[in-house]
Amino acid sequence: MIHSLFLVSTAGHIFLEKHWKSVISRSVCDYLFEAQGKASAPENVPPVIATPHHYLISVYRDRIFFVAVIQTEVPPLFVIEFLHRVAETFQDYFGECSEASIKDNVVIVYELLEEMLDNGFPLATEANILKEMIKPPTILRSVVNTITGSSNVGGTLPTGQLSNIPWRRTGVKYTNNEAYFDVVEEIDAILDKSGTVVFAEIQGVIDACVKLSGMPDLTLSFVNPRLLDDVSFHPCVRFKRWEAERVLSFIPPDGNFRLMSYHVNAQNLVAIPVYVKQNVSFFETGSSGRLDITVGPKQTMGKTIEDVVITVHMPKVVLNANLTTNQGTSTYDPVTKVLVWDIGKLNQQKVPNLKGSLSLQSGAPRPDENPTLNIDLRIQQLAISGLKVNRLNMFGEKYKPFKGVKYVTKAGNAGPQREQRSTFFCWNLFE
Amino acid sequence: VHDDLKEMLDSNKDSLKLEAMKRIVAMMARGKNASDLFPAVVKNVACKNIEVKKLVYVYLVRYAEEQQDLALLSISTFQRGLKDPNQLIRASALRVLSSIRVTIIIPIMMLAIKDAASDMSPYVRKTAAHAIPKLYSLDPEQKEPLIEVIEKLLADKTTLVAGSVVMAFEGVCPERIDLIHKNYRKLCNLLIDVEEWGQVVIINMLTRYARTQFLNPNANEVLLEEGEEKEFYGSDEEEGKEEKVEKKKPYVMDPDHRLLLRNTKPLLQSRNAAVVMAVAQLYFHLAPKAEVGVTAKALVRLLRSHSEVQFVVLQNVATMSIKRKGMFETYLKSFYIRSTDPTQIKVLKLEVLTNLATETSISIILREFQTYIKSMDKDFVAATIQAIGRCATNIGEVRDTCLNGLVQLLSNRDELVVAESVVVIKKLLQMQPEQHSDIIKHMAKLIENIQVPMARASILWLIGEYCEHVPKIAPDVLRKMAKSFTSEEDIVKLQILNLAAKLYLTNSKQTKLLTQYVLNLAKYDQNYDIRDRARFIRQLIVPTDKGGALSKYAKKLFLALKPAPILESPFKDRDHFQLGSLSHLLNVKAGGYQELPDWPETAPDPSVRNVEVMDAVCCHGNCNSKRVGERSSGEERRTAKKTTEPRSESESEEEGKESSSESSESESESETESKEESEPDTEAKRNAKKKVGVSNGLELLKLFWHSRVLFVCILPCSAQTISPTFSSLKTYELLHRLTGEGLAVGYCFGRQPFVRDPHMVTVQIQFTNHMDTEARNLRVREPRLQSGMRIKEFPEIEVLPPGETVTTVMGIDFCDSTQAANFQLCTHTRKFCVSIQPPVGELMAPVFMLENEFKKEQGQLMGMNEIKETLVLGEACQSDYAIVQRVTAAANVGQVPCGSDQEYRFAGKTMTSNSLVLVTVITKRDRTAQLTVNCEKMVIGTMLVKDILHALSQ
Repeated sequence: MIHSLFLVSTAGHIFLEKHWKSVISRSVCDYLFEAQGKASAPENVPPVIATPHHYLISVYRDRIFFVAVIQTEVPPLFVIEFLHRVAETFQDYFGECSEASIKDNVVIVYELLEEMLDNGFPLATEANILKEMIKPPTILRSVVNTITGSSNVGGTLPTGQLSNIPWRRTGVKYTNNEAYFDVVEEIDAILDKSGTVVFAEIQGVIDACVKLSGMPDLTLSFVNPRLLDDVSFHPCVRFKRWEAERVLSFIPPDGNFRLMSYHVNAQNLVAIPVYVKQNVSFFETGSSGRLDITVGPKQTMGKTIEDVVITVHMPKVVLNANLTTNQGTSTYDPVTKVLVWDIGKLNQQKVPNLKGSLSLQSGAPRPDENPTLNIDLRIQQLAISGLKVNRLNMFGEKYKPFKGVKYVTKAGNAGPQREQRSTFFCWNLFE
Repeated sequence: VHDDLKEMLDSNKDSLKLEAMKRIVAMMARGKNASDLFPAVVKNVACKNIEVKKLVYVYLVRYAEEQQDLALLSISTFQRGLKDPNQLIRASALRVLSSIRVTIIIPIMMLAIKDAASDMSPYVRKTAAHAIPKLYSLDPEQKEPLIEVIEKLLADKTTLVAGSVVMAFEGVCPERIDLIHKNYRKLCNLLIDVEEWGQVVIINMLTRYARTQFLNPNANEVLLEEGEEKEFYGSDEEEGKEEKVEKKKPYVMDPDHRLLLRNTKPLLQSRNAAVVMAVAQLYFHLAPKAEVGVTAKALVRLLRSHSEVQFVVLQNVATMSIKRKGMFETYLKSFYIRSTDPTQIKVLKLEVLTNLATETSISIILREFQTYIKSMDKDFVAATIQAIGRCATNIGEVRDTCLNGLVQLLSNRDELVVAESVVVIKKLLQMQPEQHSDIIKHMAKLIENIQVPMARASILWLIGEYCEHVPKIAPDVLRKMAKSFTSEEDIVKLQILNLAAKLYLTNSKQTKLLTQYVLNLAKYDQNYDIRDRARFIRQLIVPTDKGGALSKYAKKLFLALKPAPILESPFKDRDHFQLGSLSHLLNVKAGGYQELPDWPETAPDPSVRNVEVMDAVCCHGNCNSKRVGERSSGEERRTAKKTTEPRSESESEEEGKESSSESSESESESETESKEESEPDTEAKRNAKKKVGVSNGLELLKLFWHSRVLFVCILPCSAQTISPTFSSLKTYELLHRLTGEGLAVGYCFGRQPFVRDPHMVTVQIQFTNHMDTEARNLRVREPRLQSGMRIKEFPEIEVLPPGETVTTVMGIDFCDSTQAANFQLCTHTRKFCVSIQPPVGELMAPVFMLENEFKKEQGQLMGMNEIKETLVLGEACQSDYAIVQRVTAAANVGQVPCGSDQEYRFAGKTMTSNSLVLVTVITKRDRTAQLTVNCEKMVIGTMLVKDILHALSQ
């Protein structure tokens, strides 16, 4: 299985290594650097690289390459999934997963990795178990530790691994018992220039923050579970119960966790909450171009659209942009050729507009690439699919918990998810 | 060096030691060598402070290999730890001990592993399983004793150990498939409760296992393909073929094969992408063709995950989409490319889109491709052009449109786009050159502007090959190329030579001198390939005095008709690697890869998987029956039953005494078992739930529906509803294919308790769509029911694609009558009036009771409530087994353990009113038997007698 792990920064600096079997020289990472040199961006480095004696399987996250060295056959997804789990654990422990935070907490990182893998095979990957063994750093604790010399390692060995519910630690106690559920939905759509939907879907997750004492057994039901087309669950969810009754029945992990992810299949029925009118054109003479973008709310079901950001990837020949807007701010980065227009809230009264001229590299041919628009937005208190939580019941414990559900709609969380393609020069190829 | 650290380590203060260890670990993390501190560190191995100790362990494992002698100093600490009363300390001692790569301690490790493998604590046993591959990699000589340990641990029944030991099995002895037989069913049943990483390993191993033990469920398909091929090559052997087909028995899936498919399916909902992929590959390699499609949705879900996950999944989807195109057709749009996708993802998505293209979808795919060509990512544009070429070759209808589109691209401003188009056009033209001489002319003109060598070479080859179509232009092109010959790239030079040779042969008058000029240039080229080619061509085409036997064939050699290239997917036939594996991804066998075996011709003996051990955990007292059932053991009991079937009477008697709840389940047939096994825990819970509702004297100690937790409940002796013993699963027709206009609906009585309402009969409904369009919104409307009857309809089925089958469940409370339940079955366009009429035997659920209870109850149901009938047993109805089977098939009742071997008793309870139904069959010597039914509902009693009579006398 996993032989060694190297953490490499984008600049090519290997800042952490850990070996579970015999030591493998860090020079093996040269193959990664070679691939990185060929790729136009770090995201384009192939996740699996074969070298004469080893295989490198890597994930790129938060500007860090997590590189696992493998010697024999292993399902690549197994390793990839594990590496992401490592990154998530760091995120969970240190608040951010960055080179600096990993270097600052190198001992904890080492202790974590030691518990997460045994002989290269995953041992404990549940956050709840790990936290019982290795306490996450807090400012207070680190001060206390330096004075008293006490440690981050739990004095008692974890019981979670021995229990039948490995994701929950035992003996949880809270004075305020609370359970919060966030229903977060993302619209993922491709539109063409005229605004026609080429492809649209809604993906959602239910993130939970459960702080309940003892061993509560929860049941969460929906008003309209039929909406859910495809689901995947945290291991705590009883699948059979879902199949038979369409309710989520589970003994929750303690703290934050993702209860379920789902997909709503509504192909063309997805209500796109905004409309965008755009006109980007380049002139044959004078090496200049014009840009005009207008955004407005469409179907918002009475809610306000917030945090609207439009990102445009311009062709390489666009040197600069001279733009004016009636709302928000716009910036153009001439190095990355990205135009960002941060609009903020959308009002019914005012229609945000961005227009101006683009200056092109002189002498260069008119670009025939069409810039794509990516739109980020956020709507509070609305799950765009209409999914509604019915009720949450608790069994197994006597106290009365405080319960809450929150709905949010976004357009993508990891990178822009919604894009508008423009087809401004017509190409009657296949018709 | 490091003197300060040594001092700190030698101090008495834990805080100093800890600080020192932290600094050492930080050094290790940065890759700095800290081996000179070994003596100072190893002294602290027995330190009381747990964090210091842990960090010392980390250090030790890292450097022990380099400092073998000193490492031995620490061994005694671990040996002590192995005997610690705390299981976690034992485990951690074993973990570190086995990680120290020092050959001299191999015997100590071996002993420790053996001890730990029989430790009481499953956690220690798990650690032992992890230690096995460590020792094996240190000393492969230990293989045999380690296999013994693996065999022992494979028999372990806890989920904690299962994943780890299979991991060890895969690492040490993957060829010993025989070790799996006895554990196969257990592994299948435990699977859902194993931690996610273990699931992946087990599923991959079971895929290989199944390939050696079961028959190919798609054998017919293979046969069909073969048949087609045969036809193609000639029909000499046709007759032999037919015989072969006839000899082939109809395929029946081994219940164990089905068990594996069924138990892995829920894991498609796992949050772990590796688990989902493992199940998908299992279905791809093992499931009947029609069932593979269930994995598509889950795989498409993974496309919304991290880009690395997408990368791996798309590779596998690309392979799958070649063999099973249909499964992804509905998800076509999910493979559309976004401008933000990394290049490697874009290229893979293109591959999938190309594979999925059919006559119907090609137009929207091409429109999509049209957008891609305008992308800024030039590698991706090149890949798109190639994809268009592949679509054009695969789908003849669009060949001309594609070609025209590509020709338009020749005037693109980007040279890379033009070059790639040229290469693809060249391939397309080879298929039908006659019709396209104008395109060839057009391309000849391009040679002046295109600089990309591959494109230039392609154009030259085209002109040479089809010089007869462009007789005027070709010599002129050669003239220009002769001028620039010396500055061309090697591949272009070779094609210039080719062109020259071909022109010389067809049009020597105009080109003789030019050709010789070119040949002379080539003669002195730096590249020996080109020099060789020139020499070869000269000998071949220029007639010399010495004859040159080949020169008269020169024309045939150069201008032979060349077959058009087949543009194939690079993923074709990649499925000979197990999907999801590293080897599949790289298309090269990786070290340690286990080949996926071919299906056997005939199935090996399935009885090897039978488990003899009776691990009965059931017992009962006189008034309290206590049931302690861990899921896995429950399963095993049932499978154990299978082995002893049909059983001798003495055995059944013995068992009856031993545990009555067990014998109530005895005689059940394999089919039933597998049905039951799918939902044992739900049943358990439902039953338990009912018990809570029904009787007050019931004490529920601990109850979790979740199977991870074993449940214990103490029950009073009153009759308990138990799981049904026989699922006849006789399918009735609800809607015929013809009346339903292509929609066929069948139903059967699942005999499982209906989840939401204990008074309802579970009806499984199976829809099959024979139409060529999809059926939408299948649902129940306007039930017309007798008073008191209730219906719980199935959740609406949104889409049923053509050719697919879907099964759903509805509940009907028939009010203990055999009146039909009428309702309308609607699709998005039509509605059909249908009715379900239950046989009387389905209106009840089995009940568990003991013989004396049975007799007591029977005593209270005499007179009007008792119906007696004498009958002659049918020919096939002589054995015990047959009688029990017939009765339980006719009615959903449970067998009551009996002392006498001529008496058979069955008990059930009607669904709505919970009235007892008692059935007694007493056989006599002369093949006659007496049937008695006691039931306070006389109508039910009468009808039931009729049905059972019929069943037994047949």
